[in-house]
Amino acid sequence: MTAYTATVTVRLKRGVLDPEAETTRHSLERLGFEVDELRMADRFEIDLDAESAAAARDEADDMAERLLANPTIHDYTVDVDER
Amino acid sequence: MTVAVIRFGGSNCDRDAVRALAEIGVDAEIVWHEDGLPADTTGVVIPGGFSYGDYLRAGAMAARSPIMDDVRAAAEDGTPVLGICNGAQIGCESSLTPGAFTTNASARFQCEHVHCRVENADTPWTAAYDEGEVVELPIAHGEGRYEVDDDRLDELEADDRILFRYCDEEGNVTPEANPNGSKHSVAGVTGESAHVAVMMPHPERITLPDVGPTDGQGVLRAFADAVEA
Repeated sequence: MTAYTATVTVRLKRGVLDPEAETTRHSLERLGFEVDELRMADRFEIDLDAESAAAARDEADDMAERLLANPTIHDYTVDVDER
Repeated sequence: MTVAVIRFGGSNCDRDAVRALAEIGVDAEIVWHEDGLPADTTGVVIPGGFSYGDYLRAGAMAARSPIMDDVRAAAEDGTPVLGICNGAQIGCESSLTPGAFTTNASARFQCEHVHCRVENADTPWTAAYDEGEVVELPIAHGEGRYEVDDDRLDELEADDRILFRYCDEEGNVTPEANPNGSKHSVAGVTGESAHVAVMMPHPERITLPDVGPTDGQGVLRAFADAVEA
C-alpha cells in the first residue's frame, strides 16, 4: 500500500447561481478591486492508503459521488499525489 | 396509527410537527434517528431544523444516516413520507425526491409568510385543496432555492410532480413573489410516487387555530387519510 493525498475540489456547475460568491465579489469591489467574475469551490484533502494512484483516485471519486458533491448542482475534480 | 417524526441532532421542528398532527387527530411520536423506524409506523415526517449543523450542505449528513434506509423501505411500501424545510433538504440529498435546495438568491436567511399556489391537487398532500388555490405558509430557511437541471424540471412539470409554487396573494407566479430564487418558483415537489413529498414552507407552523390561520392543515391531512384509506 502507498500513502496518497487525494484532493477533491467541488464547485457549482456553470450556470448555477452562487449568491455567496456574488456577495464576496461585491465586497471586493467595495474595497476597490475590479473583478469580472468570482467562483468559489470547496476543497477536500483526503489522506488515504491505496494499492496504486488509480485505486486512490477511484476511492476519492466514490467519496465525491456519494457524499462530497451533490451531482444535481456540483461538478468536481480529483487529483492524487503521493505523500 | 403512529406517524414517526424523525429527530436528528439539530432538528428543531419535531415537537411542532407532533403537536400539529395531534391537532388534526393523528397520533405521532418523535423517533431518535439512531433507534430506526418503529415497525408500526404509518407515516414519516422528516422535520425542519439544522441537522448536523448544516455541515457540508444542508441535509447532507442526515440523508446518509442509516434510518434513511428505513425511510426508503417504508416509502417503497407506500407509507407517506413528508420532508419539511431541513427535511426537504434531506429528502433531496437522499434522492427520495429530485433536485436540490441550495443557498437563497438573497444569500440571507428568510423567515416570513409567503403565498403558495396549489399546482396539483391530485396528491395526498394537496387533496384538501383545489388546484390553483392560494395558501399562506411560513418559510424559515437560508437554503431553499430549488435547483434542478432544465430537462429534469421539464419532466417533473410534465409529470405533474410540482406540489406548490410561490406566488402573490392573487396566485400570480412572479419573480417578485419568489422569496428565494427557486427555479420556476418551485416550493414543493413529489418523489417517484406522490405519497413521498418535500416542501420548504412549514405546514405544521400554520395548523394550530390558537396561533392564527390554519392553511397548513390540508398538507398534514395526508397522514390521516392514509390510515383511513
